[in-house]
Amino acid sequence: MAILEVENVHTYYGNIHALKGISLTVNEGENVTLIGANGAGKSTLLKTISGLLHPKQGMIRLAGEDLAAYQAHEIVGKGVVQAPEGRRVFGRLTVSENLEMGAYTRVDRSGIADGIEHVFTLFPRLKERHNQVAGTLSGGEQQMLAIGRALMARPRVLLLDEPSMGLAPILVQSIFETIVQLHAAGTTILLVEQNARMALQIADRGYVLQTGQIILSDTAGNLRQNEMVQKAYLGMA
Amino acid sequence: MKADKYRFTVPDAMRLGLISGAGAVLVSLVGMVKVFNERGIIAGVVSLGQIMILLILLIAGYIAARRATGGSRWAGLLQGGLAGLAAGACLAALVLLGSVINLRAMFVSASPELYKILTFDQGVVTGAGILLVVSAAVGVAGALLRQLPSRPRRTVIVASVWMLTLGLLQELLRLTLGGDAIRVFRWMFGTGGQKGLSIVGAVLVFAVVAVVHYQWTARNVNPRAWTRSLPPDRQRAVRWGSLALVALILFSLPNILGVYLSEVANAIGLFVLLGLGLNIVVGFAGLLDLGYVAFFAIGAYVMGVATTTAVGTGSGLIVYSPGFNFWQALPLAVLASVLAGVILGIPVLKMRGDYLAIVTLGFGEIIRILAISDFLKPYIGGSQGIVGVGVGQIGSFAFDEPQSLYYLVLAGCLLAAFVSTRLKDSRIGRAWMAMREDEDVAQAIGIDLVKTKLLAFATGAAFSGLSGAIFASKLGSIYPHSFSLLISINALSLIIVGGMGSIPGVIIGALALAGLPELLREFAEFRLLVYGAALMAMMLLRPEGLWPEETRRRELHDAAEGGESEPASEAAVGTN
Repeated sequence: MAILEVENVHTYYGNIHALKGISLTVNEGENVTLIGANGAGKSTLLKTISGLLHPKQGMIRLAGEDLAAYQAHEIVGKGVVQAPEGRRVFGRLTVSENLEMGAYTRVDRSGIADGIEHVFTLFPRLKERHNQVAGTLSGGEQQMLAIGRALMARPRVLLLDEPSMGLAPILVQSIFETIVQLHAAGTTILLVEQNARMALQIADRGYVLQTGQIILSDTAGNLRQNEMVQKAYLGMA
Repeated sequence: MKADKYRFTVPDAMRLGLISGAGAVLVSLVGMVKVFNERGIIAGVVSLGQIMILLILLIAGYIAARRATGGSRWAGLLQGGLAGLAAGACLAALVLLGSVINLRAMFVSASPELYKILTFDQGVVTGAGILLVVSAAVGVAGALLRQLPSRPRRTVIVASVWMLTLGLLQELLRLTLGGDAIRVFRWMFGTGGQKGLSIVGAVLVFAVVAVVHYQWTARNVNPRAWTRSLPPDRQRAVRWGSLALVALILFSLPNILGVYLSEVANAIGLFVLLGLGLNIVVGFAGLLDLGYVAFFAIGAYVMGVATTTAVGTGSGLIVYSPGFNFWQALPLAVLASVLAGVILGIPVLKMRGDYLAIVTLGFGEIIRILAISDFLKPYIGGSQGIVGVGVGQIGSFAFDEPQSLYYLVLAGCLLAAFVSTRLKDSRIGRAWMAMREDEDVAQAIGIDLVKTKLLAFATGAAFSGLSGAIFASKLGSIYPHSFSLLISINALSLIIVGGMGSIPGVIIGALALAGLPELLREFAEFRLLVYGAALMAMMLLRPEGLWPEETRRRELHDAAEGGESEPASEAAVGTN
C-alpha cells in the first residue's frame, strides 16, 4: 500500500521553476531512493514533502490524506520526519537530550524512554556516549544521532537527506549499513543521495531526478543495469 | 597559555608594562583617578583613585611573572619589576610632560590635582622619582603574588577584595549600622571626616578574612557535596531550612537596609524583572531584541495614563484618564505590553540574528519618539510626561515609599523568577531552546515556530511591562527621557554578564550592573566606559557569564576536557 504519494508537484523559488511535475510513491515498508546531480531538485522535493515549501500545483498524500492543509511542524506530527542535510544536531546538548528533543511531538513518557532504548540498540556508539555533548561527536556519530533523533518522532516515513555527505568512506559504509538495518526493522525510508552507487545497492526502488523532473524510475536492480544511469551516476564507461 | 613555547624576555616585560602604562594614563586622563581620589579606602593612606593605578601596575607585574614561568624565581620578580617600572615610566612621563606643556587644552582632567595625586604631592621631579620606585615595587609585589602557592594566593586576593569593598562601602556601612552599633565599631573607620577604614580597621579586616578563608579552604568543604551526603529527609530539611532563611532575609531586608539602600534594592529589583524578561527572549529563545525598553515604556505609560490624577487641558495635564487605581491598571499595563510584544513579533517572524536586532532597535526608538511627540501630547503628555501616577495600596498599607515599595518589587521578581524557572524546564522551554540552537531543525522535529516565537516575545514583554508599571508608580511621574536605548543595553548587558539563559545569573548581573553604579555614585560619569571594559573583560575571561546556565558551562568547559574527539566546529562546518 502506498503510504506516501507525490502527484504532479510543481514548486517554485520565486520565479524559478524548481520542480516540474514530480510524481512518486513510497509503499509501506519500502526503501526508495532518489538520486540526481547537484541542483536536480532533490532537497527541494524533500522540503516540499515536509511542508517547508508549498507546491504551486499538485498534491502530496500521506496514507491517502492530503497534506496541503498542514504546516511543517504538523506534518512531523503526522509521521513524515526528516533527518536534515548536514546532520545539524544540537551541538550544546548531550546525546540523550538530542534524542529527547526528537520526541517533541510525543507526550507518552514511557514510549519515549523505549524509543531512546531502541535508538541505543541500533547505535551502540550513541549509548556509550549518551552523556557527551553532541558537538564533540565525530561526523559519523553526529549522523547517527541525527537519524536517531528523527526516529524518536516515530516516523511513518523517514526522509534521509544526504546522510553520507561529508563522511569518510568507512563511515559512509557504516551509515548505509544502518539504513539497511532500519529498513529491515520495518521503517519506510525515502533516501536522497548523491552517492548513487551505494544508494542503489540498498534500495528497493529508485527515481532519477534531473533538472526538476523524474527521468527514470525502476527497481534499484534495473537502474543499476541501466546504461544511462551507469554513465551519468555510477561513473562507468 | 603557551608560556613554555617561548622565553619571556626583557622587551616583552617592557612592552607589557607600556601597555598597562597606557591604561593607567588613560584612566588618569579621562578623570577617573581624580574623581575616585575623593573616596578613601583606608583613611589618610590610600584612595580609590590611587588603588586603581596601583591595581593596574600590580596586574602588569602579575602577568609578567606568569609569562616568565620556566625561568628562575628571581627572573620572574625582575620581569614583574620591569613591567611595573615601564608602566610607572608612562605615568611619570605624563607628569613631566604636563609640567612643561599645558595639556588641559585637550585633556580637561590633566589638572594639577591629578599630578599631585600621581606624584604623592612631592613636586614634579622628586614625585616622578618616587612614582618610579613605587611602580617597580608594586610590579615586584604583583610578581610575588603570582609566585605564592595557589592557596595562600587566593587567601591574599580574597582578603584584599574584602578590605577594598568594606573601605569602598564604609559610608553605607555606617548608615546601615546606625547610631549605637556605629559607636562600637567607630575605631574601624576613619575619623574627622576622613573617608575609608582606619588603618587598624583595614588590618583587622584583612587579618580576619585571611584567617577564615585560609582555614575554610584547608577543610575543603563543598556545601553541595556535603548536602548530598546526608540522608534524604535531612537533605530536605536543609533545603527547606535554607529556603526559609533566604525568605526571612529577603522579607526583613528593607528594615536592615534603611531608606536609601531600599531605594537601591528597588532599582536593582526593577532591573531583575527586566532582565528576567529579556532573558526569556534572548537567553532562552535566542531572539536578539535591542528594543526591549519599548515594553517597559508601554507598561509605564499605561500605568500612568490609567491612574493619573493630573487630568485637564492645561500645561502638564492630559485630556483623559479612566482614573483606575493601581491594581486595576497593573494587569492592563501587562496586557498592553504583551499585545505590543505580539505586534512586534508578527512582522519579525522570519528574521534572524542581526536583522532582527536592527528591527527591534527601530521598534524601541519608534515607541520613544511616539512618547515624546507633540502628536500624542494631549493623551500621554509629550515631553512633559505624566505626573500624579497612582500608588498601590492594600488596606492601609501603601507602596508609596522605598521600604514598602520593596515588597511590591520583590513580589514581582519572585513571580517572574518562578514563572521563568517553570517555563525553562517545560515543553515550551524546550521548544525555545531548540529554536535558539537551530531554527530549521526545530521545525524539523515538529516545533511550531510561529507560536513559539510569539510566546517568547509576549512573555518577555509581560515582565518588562510589569517592571515599567511599577517603575511609573515608584516615581509618581513619567518622562519619555527615562525610556532611552540605554535601558535596553543595560538589560542586555546584565544578562550577558550574569550568563545568558541563567536565572540566578540575571540576579547577579543586575546586582553588578544596576546595583554597583548606584552605590558608587562617582562611577555614574564613567558608566559606559566601565560597562565597555567590563563586557570586554567578561568576553575574554569568562564568556559564559558569572553564573552560567548548565548547557553553556558544558559547552565552554567540557569541550576542552573531553579532548578525545574532534572539536565541535570541525564536525559541524564543512558539510554544506
